[in-house]
Amino acid sequence: MSPRFRKWLFLVSTLGLALLLFWAVVALPGFGNYPGPYGDLLNSVAVYERHVTNIVTAVNFDYRVLDTLGEEFILFAAATGVMLLLREQRAAPHYRLPASPRAVFARSDAARWMGLGFIGALMAFGIYIVLHAHLTPGGGFQGGAILGSTSLLVYLASKESVYRRVTPKFLAELAECAGAGGYVVIGIGALLAGGAFLQNVLPLGQTGNLASSGTIWLINFSIGVEVTGAFSILFLEFIKEVPEREDSA
Amino acid sequence: MIWFQLLMFLLVAAGGTGTVLTRDPKKQVIVLSFYGMLLSILFLALQAPDVALSELAVGAVALPLMLLVAIANVRKKLHK
Repeated sequence: MSPRFRKWLFLVSTLGLALLLFWAVVALPGFGNYPGPYGDLLNSVAVYERHVTNIVTAVNFDYRVLDTLGEEFILFAAATGVMLLLREQRAAPHYRLPASPRAVFARSDAARWMGLGFIGALMAFGIYIVLHAHLTPGGGFQGGAILGSTSLLVYLASKESVYRRVTPKFLAELAECAGAGGYVVIGIGALLAGGAFLQNVLPLGQTGNLASSGTIWLINFSIGVEVTGAFSILFLEFIKEVPEREDSA
Repeated sequence: MIWFQLLMFLLVAAGGTGTVLTRDPKKQVIVLSFYGMLLSILFLALQAPDVALSELAVGAVALPLMLLVAIANVRKKLHK
């Protein structure tokens, strides 16, 4: 393929894409205009039906709970895949650890103090986001992502060996598996209680209380544990690819 | 409120363009992280706080870290 032909091919396909995009944008409903029936319907019934004040959580963990199960296992499969590929690669006979690992950079005072100052606050915020999914914006996915990233602050403020000590791989793997499995166990529990798979069979409690919304709370908590574990595993595995020198403490 | 939304749309457009125009990968990751933060403020302005939280955690923290590690890894292999 000559450069000239490539340029023309690029121009023609860009023009086509631009036209299609323009067509799509013109056909969009007006800004802030929501034509679908489901949002309005759920907004008006979810608080009474499920005793939650965050409708997004009610949709994710009750009205379309089976779809979320699939989504959860996408993350599970992704984290497991990363783990499998990178560990396999490191175990291969021709793999050699880098001859000269990166020197440990001395962290600046600013990085150390900011890191130390934010660890506690960020962790509390993550736990709050997970636990209050049915009341305020957020949920297991968001809170889990925050919690999984928190230990990175240790890496930024200190060094890799300390980061590995506060983020045990075993615990991260346990959290990922227990969280992913817990979702299914809750579903089977609903079956045993005489309902359908993943049906909300627990008492719904008082709207606005922390202990309310039935299985929504439990499923959300299980997701929070799983996402925390999955993010921790991803970071642990990726950072292992660029190791710091161990000895220079 | 509509002015704030408009401002955020413009900032996001500028952020995206800035990310593409930054050619040094290491600097590009930092600009990308800033772009993720702008996006999450836009989501907040559009009354989607749930999405804003996800975008903040993934776009401003997780994605830049993975890209930085990937860049470090590629450089390590190039130096060999």
